[in-house]
Amino acid sequence: MAKVVERPKLKWWEQLYLPALLSGMRVTLGHLIRNLSGKTKVTMQYPEEKWDEHLPEHYRGAPALVTDEQDRERCVACQLCEFICPPRAITIKPEEIPSDDKWAKVEKRPKAFDIDMIRCIYCGLCEEVCPEQAIFLRKDYAITGTSRAEMVHDKERLYEIGGKRDGLVNKWNELK
Amino acid sequence: MSEEKTDLLDVQIDGVWHKFPKGTRMIEACKQAGVEVPHYCYHPKLTSPGNCRMCLVEMGMPPRPAPGAEPAEPDEDGHLPISWMPRPVIACANTIGPNMGIKTTGPLTEGCREGVMELLLANHPLDCPICDQAGECSLQEFSVEHGKGESRFREQKVKKPKNVEVGPRIRLDDERCIMCSRCVRFTDEIADDPVLGFTDRGSHTVLTVYPGRELANNYSMNTVDICPVGALTSNDFRFQMRVWFMKETNTIDVNCATGANTTVFTRQGKIYRITPRQNNDVNSDWMPDSHRLNFHWIESEARLTEPLVLDGDHHRPATWSEALTKSADKLSALKGSEIAVIASARMTNEELLITNRLVKHLDAGHVDTVPRIEENDGYLIAADRNPNTNGVKLILGLDDPGSQLDAIREGIEQGRIKGLIVLQENLVGDAGFSGELLGKLDFLLTTYPLANPTADLADVVLPGACWAEKSGTMINVTGRLQRLNKVVDGPGATLEPWEIVRDLIQATGGGNGIYAATDLFKQLAEQVSEFSGISWEQIGDLGLPLIETGETIPLIEREKERIASGLVVG
Repeated sequence: MAKVVERPKLKWWEQLYLPALLSGMRVTLGHLIRNLSGKTKVTMQYPEEKWDEHLPEHYRGAPALVTDEQDRERCVACQLCEFICPPRAITIKPEEIPSDDKWAKVEKRPKAFDIDMIRCIYCGLCEEVCPEQAIFLRKDYAITGTSRAEMVHDKERLYEIGGKRDGLVNKWNELK
Repeated sequence: MSEEKTDLLDVQIDGVWHKFPKGTRMIEACKQAGVEVPHYCYHPKLTSPGNCRMCLVEMGMPPRPAPGAEPAEPDEDGHLPISWMPRPVIACANTIGPNMGIKTTGPLTEGCREGVMELLLANHPLDCPICDQAGECSLQEFSVEHGKGESRFREQKVKKPKNVEVGPRIRLDDERCIMCSRCVRFTDEIADDPVLGFTDRGSHTVLTVYPGRELANNYSMNTVDICPVGALTSNDFRFQMRVWFMKETNTIDVNCATGANTTVFTRQGKIYRITPRQNNDVNSDWMPDSHRLNFHWIESEARLTEPLVLDGDHHRPATWSEALTKSADKLSALKGSEIAVIASARMTNEELLITNRLVKHLDAGHVDTVPRIEENDGYLIAADRNPNTNGVKLILGLDDPGSQLDAIREGIEQGRIKGLIVLQENLVGDAGFSGELLGKLDFLLTTYPLANPTADLADVVLPGACWAEKSGTMINVTGRLQRLNKVVDGPGATLEPWEIVRDLIQATGGGNGIYAATDLFKQLAEQVSEFSGISWEQIGDLGLPLIETGETIPLIEREKERIASGLVVG
């Protein structure tokens, strides 16, 4: 149902509009003065300036694979992240670790690990579901590329982003 | 049987009275009453050693009156009161008794299960992320229901051999083994190849192969299926795909006339593994390794994916309509008596029905199939390596399939036969036709999934779908009608053989209105007396006995004896 809104009756000095103009100018001038005296913070000039060092620890950027202190790739290709991934961005091809490898006792590793960053929604479920602490959401957020293929992070790129991570559970220790 | 039926005993399961035939195992009685008793070592097709202790339940019988005391009075339903025993019993190896009570819940039973689980998990390596069994592992499932979630075991876990090759197709991880002994019993009782056993009794017990031997018999991979944990895994399937991604399709094996019931596991149109599916009249719970691994060729590079026509001295890809028009032109130039059709006993009944129509439509002088008779292995592999010879006999009306091949060869030799249609067979490879002989033909048409020497010589090569890419029915060695279900789509322009034959009939001027294999089955039910009254749906997943052939499957006969003697439940 239509609601009738009464047009307000303006006083004579309100009809001049000068008081409103002046109060507006007061706000503008106030900002100018505080800006010139360095009291106001201005918009950051992205991308010349970045906020990166202030990102919180729990920031959810691009998912990436990590290696541990012993340079072992932590992923064992259990494919749980592939299963949980809501937009199905992850594709894993597992393979057996050859018996002459230093980490042959781990038996399994990813042969290929692709994350399609066009699909990724940065939800962090892959990190949450990982039983091996192998995948983490890092602080990289500006993921760009000039083709679809370039937007797919392969295993090499994922380890490059992820890097080495210390202090993880050493599940595949010498007792294992 | 009728005598046994009348011998029903009253058993109370979780407070509800049921009736079961005398001799029923407690675990089976619970299962029939809809109550699952968790178990590892018990398998209905194997003897019950009762060594995992997971199926412990609380049990009670009517109280025995003390000397001189009055026996207990039955209640208004005729049931005596139950005096519960203070100690649990295993449900797998004990049979029910009259007026017995079973409690599958309550502090005693639940405490037992939690205790067994805790001890089993004490030394179990938690490598589920790399274990192929994860997702279909009984230990995982029961640890959700009965496990503690956290281990109280602070000591070091026992180290055992891992990643051991126990046979050409099997990998053993002793740390994961829970000593249920199912594999030991299978190799001993079913496969008659007792090479597995436990050694080093105690906390270091390991499953081992007899020195100098290996688990190499043709039924070895069934141990992988029955292993409740990931101790025995298949080399072929190792690390290929996690089980939770795969789609299961029920179908049948086509490598021999037994037609073992199978489940095919696929993901995104790729077959990853085949496992046997229980059918007590066909393959019990088992299937031979040679048959279950015979699927990798489906993804082969040699797959035909589009129709090819011979152009000068080489084949070039063509459209279906071009290939069919060319075939129709060539065929209509020939007299019926100059045409021979060689179908395949690997085709389904539906395909054979429409092939029969093609034969009649062309008025072809000869029709036959290629026989494949080898040795019966005494277990599940039938001597006849064609899956549907009985269908050929019934539908094509050939009493002795293969007997006309010589006449066809002679006809080609003498120039009486000028056109040959080969459906789903490779004559040069499998039927001993020489390339020279086939070169004498005016027109040769073949359909086959793979490129092959016969196709090399053919004027028209059509890509026919393989067993996994088509639906239909087949009749096995015992005369059982079973359904073959489509598992994956065929590659490229592949068509199911019945579609090819239908289109061929249409191209040569015959009309029909068939759009699905089920339409053909309806016509089969109308035209072949043995099929009358049967519908596609009626066949179901387990098939129907259709005809009497007098043939039996040796492993199934032995199983029946073992059931009759009470050794196994069946």
